[in-house]
Amino acid sequence: MPDLANLSIKSARDALQKKEFSARELAQASLDVIKEKDKDVHAFLEVFDDVLAQADEADKKITKGENLPLLGIPVAIKDNILVDGKSATAGSKILEGFISSYDSTAVKKLKDAGAIILGRTNMDEFAMGSSTESSAYGVTKNPHDLSRVPGGSSGGSAAALGAGFVLGSYGSDTGGSIRQPAAFCGTVGLKPTYGRVSRFGLIALASSLDQIGPFARTVSDAEILYDAIRGQDILDSTTISDETYPKEKKFSKIIGIPRTFVESEGVDESVKKNFEKAVEKFKSLGYEIKDIELPHIQHSLAAYYIIMPAEASSNLARFDGVKYGLHKDGSDVIEDYFKTRGQGFGKETRRRIILGTYVLSSGYYDEYYGSALRMKELITDELKEAFKKIDLILTPTTPTPAFKIGEKISNPLAMYLEDIFTVPANIAGLPCISLSSGFDGVLPLGIELTAGLGREDNLFIAGKEFLGE
Amino acid sequence: MDKEKVIDLAKLARIDIDDKEAESLSHEFDVILNYVGEIKNTKVLPLISDSQGKTLGNIMREDVKPHESGIYTKKVLEQAPMNEGYYIKVKKIL
Repeated sequence: MPDLANLSIKSARDALQKKEFSARELAQASLDVIKEKDKDVHAFLEVFDDVLAQADEADKKITKGENLPLLGIPVAIKDNILVDGKSATAGSKILEGFISSYDSTAVKKLKDAGAIILGRTNMDEFAMGSSTESSAYGVTKNPHDLSRVPGGSSGGSAAALGAGFVLGSYGSDTGGSIRQPAAFCGTVGLKPTYGRVSRFGLIALASSLDQIGPFARTVSDAEILYDAIRGQDILDSTTISDETYPKEKKFSKIIGIPRTFVESEGVDESVKKNFEKAVEKFKSLGYEIKDIELPHIQHSLAAYYIIMPAEASSNLARFDGVKYGLHKDGSDVIEDYFKTRGQGFGKETRRRIILGTYVLSSGYYDEYYGSALRMKELITDELKEAFKKIDLILTPTTPTPAFKIGEKISNPLAMYLEDIFTVPANIAGLPCISLSSGFDGVLPLGIELTAGLGREDNLFIAGKEFLGE
Repeated sequence: MDKEKVIDLAKLARIDIDDKEAESLSHEFDVILNYVGEIKNTKVLPLISDSQGKTLGNIMREDVKPHESGIYTKKVLEQAPMNEGYYIKVKKIL
């Protein structure tokens, strides 16, 4: 039987090709550990009933001599990424019972790469949150300390990996929803350049920021998972090609640190200490460390919490109880809408839709939404300029280690501040990776590397060196 | 933001909320808007639409080769809470 705890995707693929174990045995090992431990963690909303059938198909292909990048590897998918014929709820009651009628491009590519789609993982409702507490289907727990959150919104995918249920999983990242839970659960988490991965079949939160990306144990595995899903797609006109952002600068091992930003109020002492250790480690690996000034970066979060609810209020208008999902009956069509949306959306979703409606309403549009767009452009230009002189930016991933379940749920602003270090990459569309950088007691901590547009290659080089791969 | 305004906004967003929620949202919005409002006071450049970015622009494709009419209809309609024949059903509007 394969020993999941000591495998990477790379080593599992080698073993599968050498027939040291079968895809069925590998899938069964995942199913067994999920059955034993997921009642405590609650990473999965559903484990699909055709996992072993998928594994048998993979075994047939291996026997035929096929060699695909993810052939026979079980992966977990966040509950907002559509799989044909399977349920997808985005963690919301309003989509309870919804069955996807098509594959998202990411899932189609995964199937083409031979992956086994194991099941769908828990998430904050419509990806709105940093703790997975706003899911309509219960809280996911941090596998390192069950009294704490796994982070969010892709908390289920991060916890599934952190708990050793799978070798790889996927989430979506609008303001940090892959990187923050990756840091809390001690995994690698990658948000690719905006447009690198097709959003076709991803249930939208904020379309100008959303991006699908992988969680993995190692940077090498993250790269495999990323390569499997990336690419231009005619079904998402915001996708980019390899030529969109020419690689003008040669990698020269220069890391910039926005000191004022890193020393923001509210950053935990344990995080600061851990961060300085990481800086020293990069120095010892031959990296040049430079302090940089990014005067507007601290406004990223404010701009984000205007742009994101604005786009969410528009995107979520499609849930009306008519086309799919929940329907609550009123006396007429309009009352059907009000009841369906009032009862189908959870508290945080209602809050953000109403806030988004406000910042887009006549009289406030320019003051809030217009200012936020201008700020987004300014921050993007500022970062673009910075990457002419440096290769990477280093910050902590989160201001604190994983917090207690319930600690921040009643204070929306405190929850929003969790995203302070992750949001700039979404605002500027940059690729960004969170790497596990040690522990505060039993709680994992993470550091985050950001690269210039289209420069995932730099993240992989530095990430592998940092983790000693 | 007062409670009445929250109720008006919820109506615009077509969401049923009760008085208690409107009351608590009005306080939460004050805190959130106070925070995000920091960008209102920052001097920033006017919005430059595509003056320097060559990457920003509409991406169009030819409106050709549609799929055969009706091949996905049944699958998609199955997800509608109410349907009749090849249509989604809603209540009488007028």
